[in-house]
Amino acid sequence: MSTEDLRYHPRVPVLWWTRKPSYFVFVMRELSSLFIAWLVLYLLLFVRAVGRGDAAYADFLAWATSPWLVVLNAVAFAFLVLHTITWFSLTPQAMVIDLGGRRVPPAVIIGAQYAALAVVSVLVYWLVTR
Amino acid sequence: MKLRVEPFLWLAFSGGGVMAAVILPVLAFLFGLAFPLGWLDPPDHEHLAAVVGHPITFLVLFGANVLMLIHAAHRFRYTLYDGLQVKHRFLVGAVCYGGALLGAFLALHMLGSAT
Repeated sequence: MSTEDLRYHPRVPVLWWTRKPSYFVFVMRELSSLFIAWLVLYLLLFVRAVGRGDAAYADFLAWATSPWLVVLNAVAFAFLVLHTITWFSLTPQAMVIDLGGRRVPPAVIIGAQYAALAVVSVLVYWLVTR
Repeated sequence: MKLRVEPFLWLAFSGGGVMAAVILPVLAFLFGLAFPLGWLDPPDHEHLAAVVGHPITFLVLFGANVLMLIHAAHRFRYTLYDGLQVKHRFLVGAVCYGGALLGAFLALHMLGSAT
């Protein structure tokens, strides 16, 4: 008997996601994962520099102004915004909340998340810059 | 009953997705763009060291960072499977989650050194 895999495997071209704008956005959203990982690493390096003292912190701030790093961080930030927007808009589909027997409208769930984003952002900004 | 790891991965993926959506934008904006580009004056070292050295900051940053790394690993795993049609399932999983695990140790080390 042959050991060949006899299940049906439809062939999907590698560039299938360039065919439609919605496919493209889907794959860009998936790629936001790499930029989130980069931003985590960047922030960890920042924290390490702060922990190493005044001079290391000054060095890191100087390094952070390198043009290629600023471009990378700007691109990463754009992907992060895409992640945030798509994550918020998908939440009502992933999480159905019932309150007093009535379904909470999706717009309320999305709005609450933007409110949380605003509160956390103001808190972090205040904590860092005060 | 067989213990399945996949549901926990999806749970961590969701937690990390929320962290990346809520707490990461302000951090990435301040430290990646606003301070390096001079839009805002960077905080002095003494203040930032005090904030970073606080145990609550350590807990929040460590928890958020590890969840975000698992989120990224999980999503990138599916990017490779579905987006780029990479079919080496075991290898892809090992590289993605191995990377997240490595990142978690890195986070523990770097955050710990500043506390």
